[in-house]
Amino acid sequence: MSDKPFRVLPRVHAGNEHFWRGGREGRLQFRRCRACQTWIHPPSPVCPSCYGKDLGVEAASGLGTVASFTLNHQPWVPAPDHPYAIAIVELDEQPGLRLMSNVVNCPAESVQIGMRVRVVFEEHGDGDVWIPLFEPVEASP
Amino acid sequence: MSLALEGRASISGVGQSEVGRRLGRDPLELTLDACLAAIEDAGLRPEDIDGLSTYPGAMAGQPGFTGAGVTDVHDALRLELDWFSGGMERPGQLGAAIDACAAVATGLARHVLVFRSVWEGTAQGKGGRQGIGVSGGGGGGGGYRASGPPMEYTLPFRAYSAANWIAMNAQRHFYEFGTTREQLAWIALNARRNAELNPNAIYRDPMSLDDYLAARMISTPFCLYDCDVPCDGATAVIVSHSELARDLRRRPLRVEAVGSALRGRPSWDQFDDLTTMALRDAGRMLWERTDLRPADVDVAELYDGFSFIALAWLEALGFCGKGEGGPFIEGGQRISRDGEIPLNTHGGQLSGGRLHGYGFLHEACVQLWGEAGPRQVTGAPRVAVAAAGGGPLGGCMLLVRD
Repeated sequence: MSDKPFRVLPRVHAGNEHFWRGGREGRLQFRRCRACQTWIHPPSPVCPSCYGKDLGVEAASGLGTVASFTLNHQPWVPAPDHPYAIAIVELDEQPGLRLMSNVVNCPAESVQIGMRVRVVFEEHGDGDVWIPLFEPVEASP
Repeated sequence: MSLALEGRASISGVGQSEVGRRLGRDPLELTLDACLAAIEDAGLRPEDIDGLSTYPGAMAGQPGFTGAGVTDVHDALRLELDWFSGGMERPGQLGAAIDACAAVATGLARHVLVFRSVWEGTAQGKGGRQGIGVSGGGGGGGGYRASGPPMEYTLPFRAYSAANWIAMNAQRHFYEFGTTREQLAWIALNARRNAELNPNAIYRDPMSLDDYLAARMISTPFCLYDCDVPCDGATAVIVSHSELARDLRRRPLRVEAVGSALRGRPSWDQFDDLTTMALRDAGRMLWERTDLRPADVDVAELYDGFSFIALAWLEALGFCGKGEGGPFIEGGQRISRDGEIPLNTHGGQLSGGRLHGYGFLHEACVQLWGEAGPRQVTGAPRVAVAAAGGGPLGGCMLLVRD
């Protein structure tokens, strides 16, 4: 895919690879507390709800809602696709389970708060990192 | 309240260096200019200073973000210190001043020199502003990798600037409360009309609502004039124990209350309520520590690194209700120099220059001393609030001239 934009990539390690490489299998993964079922993001070694350490990794549905967004016009980095949409997406699994991402595969101007979205992944670094992005549920086949 | 720091700490002097868009001067020299000016303003000598505090202190990374650390000033002035502190993991830029209040209140120091120094104008040069992390190499392959929050969870999504992050707070506020760009504009327009009367301000040409609406977009809903202007300059204040401040040159400005709380998640994107930020908690704490009320405040100097932050501070400090900031500032009457709550009387950072929090504290003091010249608020203001920070940063101080 030659149309992938420049991205600063994350440093991937044992503590975050479930998130940054889950996309290889199409999975949007988070840590989750086995004791109290709390989803945890960004990753932490201790559950913020019960302070337990028995944490697993689980895939979320990948479905969510745009909680807020901005259309970036400023060329911080040269790119052919200004403006592009940056969004905070809240996932269906748990109130407050959110991440910053981009809304793609639609005109940036069509992005709205409340829009239903689903995860898609963009591979970078020869399979090293899979960036979780979101596209409108409506536009998908 | 006998254990509270409030009442025991006062501001006894302020100083500022030359301020300009790109001065090309040694940032340590600017810093020392401000520090020596503040010491003299208080009627003190360098050997009287036994505490030193700054934000963010020495650090690498963002060009021009810090002009000097604690060690630089300590050594340059050959200070003999009992207490010193520098760093950025604190309640915003003013955290360094709040810590100084705590230091004098607990007897760790008598007179603390607090400074903030920037040279972003010169350091960033004349090109467009770069995004965070971009100059580190980047590239889909090797080079710079973002590690840990907030960079790890923002930069890979092409959100290279606090302009992007705070824009999403503003957008959510627009969505929930019907706030508009025509309303938000008044933070910038009010700042500009005040800057016209401030000889040290960066941008002093008149600006109209049409000018604002015609400006190029940066990150919706923010246009160019919603973003502060990088500059070079340093600011210093002297925080003294109130009993000692009484005998100095100036009438001391008593620290009536401080706000340093952060009761939600310390994050740009994970904070519980996206229509506000950490400053919500700092504002709430301030009023928990005083019998004064928002109606008692004569002048408000509220951080406007991005216009929306000042609007959020107005709400957080109770000058208007939650979500009512848009209608409150619309037309600019209430926040004008002769309005209900004069705001950012020096031009803020939007027009005055990004002195990073301490321009607001400096202006609050100047207004309380009645020395603001043509931009002086009438009626001899007695109570001022200074606030700084957005996102997970937020700290504020309520000052009283007794």
